[in-house]
Amino acid sequence: MNLVSYEDALASYDPVMGLEVHVELGTKTKMFCGCSTELGAEPNSQTCPTCLGLPGSLPVVNAIGVESAVKIGLALNCEIAEWCRFARKNYFYPDMPKNFQTSQYDEPIAFNGYLDVQLEDGSTFRVEIERAHMEEDTGKSTHVGGATGRIHGAEYSLLDYNRAGIPLIEIVTKPIVGAGERAPEVAKAYVTELRELIRALGVSEARMDKGQMRCDVNLSLRPHGREKFGTRSETKNVNSLRSVERAARFEIQRHATVLTDGGTIIQETRHFHEEDGSTTSGRVKEEAEDYRYFPEPDLVPIAPSRAWVEELRAGLPELPRLRRARLQAEWGLSDKDMQSVLNAGAVEPIQETIAAGAPADQARKWWMGELARRANETGTELSEQPITPAQVARVAALVAEGKLNDKLARQVIEAVLAGEGEPDEVVEKRGLAVVSDDSALGAAVDQAIADNEAIAAKIRDGKVAAVGALVGAVMKATRGQADAARVKDLILEKLGVSA
Amino acid sequence: MTELIRFTAAQTASAIAKGEVSAVEVAQAHLDRIDAVDKKVNAFLHVDTEGALSAAKAVDEKRAKGEELGPLAGVPLALKDVFTTKGVPTTCGSKILEGWIPPYDATLTSRLKDAGVVILGKTNMDEFAMGSSTENSAYGPTGNPWDLTRIPGGSGGGSAAALAAFEAPLAIGTDTGGSIRQPGAVTGTVGVKPTYGAVSRFGLVAFSSSLDQGGPCARTVLDAALLHEAIAGHDPLDSTSIDAPVPAVVEAARMRDVRGMRIGVVKEFAGEGYQAGVMQRFNESVELLRELGAEVVEVSCPSFTLALPAYYLIAPSECSSNLARFDAMRYGLRVGDNGSRSAEEVTALTREAGFGPEVKRRIMLGTYALSSGYYDAYYGSAQKVRTLISRSFDEAFAAVDVLVSPTTPTTAFPIGERADDPMAMYLADLCTIPSNLAGNAAMSLPCGLAPEDNLPVGLQIIAPAMADDRLYRVGGAVEAALNDKWGHTLLEEAPAL
Repeated sequence: MNLVSYEDALASYDPVMGLEVHVELGTKTKMFCGCSTELGAEPNSQTCPTCLGLPGSLPVVNAIGVESAVKIGLALNCEIAEWCRFARKNYFYPDMPKNFQTSQYDEPIAFNGYLDVQLEDGSTFRVEIERAHMEEDTGKSTHVGGATGRIHGAEYSLLDYNRAGIPLIEIVTKPIVGAGERAPEVAKAYVTELRELIRALGVSEARMDKGQMRCDVNLSLRPHGREKFGTRSETKNVNSLRSVERAARFEIQRHATVLTDGGTIIQETRHFHEEDGSTTSGRVKEEAEDYRYFPEPDLVPIAPSRAWVEELRAGLPELPRLRRARLQAEWGLSDKDMQSVLNAGAVEPIQETIAAGAPADQARKWWMGELARRANETGTELSEQPITPAQVARVAALVAEGKLNDKLARQVIEAVLAGEGEPDEVVEKRGLAVVSDDSALGAAVDQAIADNEAIAAKIRDGKVAAVGALVGAVMKATRGQADAARVKDLILEKLGVSA
Repeated sequence: MTELIRFTAAQTASAIAKGEVSAVEVAQAHLDRIDAVDKKVNAFLHVDTEGALSAAKAVDEKRAKGEELGPLAGVPLALKDVFTTKGVPTTCGSKILEGWIPPYDATLTSRLKDAGVVILGKTNMDEFAMGSSTENSAYGPTGNPWDLTRIPGGSGGGSAAALAAFEAPLAIGTDTGGSIRQPGAVTGTVGVKPTYGAVSRFGLVAFSSSLDQGGPCARTVLDAALLHEAIAGHDPLDSTSIDAPVPAVVEAARMRDVRGMRIGVVKEFAGEGYQAGVMQRFNESVELLRELGAEVVEVSCPSFTLALPAYYLIAPSECSSNLARFDAMRYGLRVGDNGSRSAEEVTALTREAGFGPEVKRRIMLGTYALSSGYYDAYYGSAQKVRTLISRSFDEAFAAVDVLVSPTTPTTAFPIGERADDPMAMYLADLCTIPSNLAGNAAMSLPCGLAPEDNLPVGLQIIAPAMADDRLYRVGGAVEAALNDKWGHTLLEEAPAL
């Protein structure tokens, strides 16, 4: 299919977006039983009658799960329900132990909020929040033997119920209108901001690559000037910030292509493909899915007292937006510089590097330079680079101590990224320390002067600027391990010229 | 030895505590009785001979060491097959759970074990507790010991029949719409549905979560009270469990004094469909209460006439969701898994083969009632009726201490008579359902035989939530007065098996 260009799509249509984000809470135990939520355990080793849905088992609400939900609601400027219930969402699927998901329906714990997100040009866009509700995760299916990795066509499927019952918060936006061509950017900025918020609250690590945060992108187009929304597609499980933006962008183009052709958009779920940023049709929703929701009779209503809610509100940590303003001031950055730090996802790494002892300018220099470049090239998140802020801080310290120069420091960073160990080990193993022994350097300096007698003569005659060529020769001879400033001093000293 | 099976639970416990008999002897006497009569009665789905004898032995050892024994230590009990028992099959009377061995004990099961109660085995029941005759069991009907061609009530027909057949002095039932009380009534035994939340539902395989309540079944009011005390109390594993002290039911059962109590006769539970002999024995009981010094008044609760339709929307709705887990994926029956069928097909084939007609009927009813577009009209309206019924009870209990009615409109009907007429079957629970919808406490106890068929009639006593002790106070007084009048207990009139 030849897609209408993005510009052409936006020339005719107005995108309307809805974003549904699932966040796995970082509670120690599951939402309705005492099983561990630790990732990476042996399949089905963290299960009990309740999360396996065995006959007779009953749920008990995890109080920390409720507290986390309220905190998220408050941070999203939501109202907190005075009284709400869980509801059963009924549907059959092999990885659903009870064949209903304990969720919330018309009585979410938090509703009617908003989140202000910052766009790349520094402007702010307000995303309105419909609701945030509590629910449990399903088990994990692994479909084996098919071409697609999906259940249809698979030879058999493996079920791991360790994930079943892990607490989830589903955060649903109101329709996002008026973003125009910036819709994909808004989507990415929203998910980014939400992730920062969740992390700041300490309720989840919100690692998208680990499935701790998953995003569904609902999108429709309407011709400019039309009130009524078009039919939407629901792109499921878009699992990186970049993919959120790409999925929205692709769907805008795809919808526009279909509509421009005189076709109609069918309401369906779609799968996103990381490789080429496209989406393909999943399940067609011929009729609205009927989940037969009803209040969960095995649980009692949740009634967060106002006093408790206010206590939680008072205890909320500094929110990311405010924190960013503070850090910008502390680091002495211009709006533009701060924006590039944000765009690169470098706030956390820089802050942690500073916390590990590096000066602010050094921390920023490494993360925004060498490491940002690498993240860009590999299409990965800055925070996912295989180097820790502590390691970067150590490299900065070695430079400050004069043990490394800039060029060597870069080599150390590369070696750490390549998995060669801690900075000090790399310096040791590769013999990368700056040559600061004057007698060793002296020999190299003598040799350089001897090899370049003509230049040496010029310098003696007062053309001090020519010293660069000799410094270069010494540096080459010492494979860059010498301190260039010291070399310059030594050469001038030998030639009897004062700097 | 044969006399041991006729002991009450209180007598048995006392005899064991005094060393007059060992718990093993008691258990063996009951196992022998089961061996002798259960082919005819079919009260048990599974007899756990080994488990029972080893539990009895443990009680005897405890006594030998001079350790203190609980009030029911060594007393045998028949457990409805709807509570999970670790290592012992639990089928809920359904093919779909055939062969399932639960890996965990229900809270009620562990409390019984902790109390030194000897669990003889698991009793027959209507499949997933859906029915009023035990004919819906996938493992064949249970006979009523008074007349083996008649139903023992349901869903807990196995537990009630085990008591009436002297196979056990105590039993456990669950009451969602009358499944403890109605079997009690038609077998001449005592059955109590405690206040909703009094007995933990953890490990009770759910039929209708907001209505299900486990409770005691016994041959005497005092025995029921002793069992009530052993199983009731807060359980952190059940969120709907009541976190408050258990009412003093044993003390109440021993009072035998109803002087000054105000008793309301529910006007709506009479008239068409009520068997003459049932009404006769009921009216005599009311008269007896008056003679014993209670103040009797008539009470009208018009909303009770809406209870049956509301119940048949709420219970199936919850059941349609609760029974969704039986999908052949993790436990129980699996049909059609030939390597080429999809998970979906295997689930469908298994549910088709594993569920009986009544269970399917209710799953379909409930699925429909919860469907979008119908929810408000069906499930929503039913919940409103539920509120009305609770209000009717509140108003009634503002004027009286307890309400009384017949437990069930008729005595035990012949097996097969209503099997193809669900509506006729549902009417058996007409008087018991309102208490499930309101969540209050109710008891059925024998009040005589209907003259026209010589079959037991049940008197129902209803008390407000958390006032379960009133049931035992009134029940204990009525039982004592009737036994005095008859010169023996009603069950002594039951024919020999």
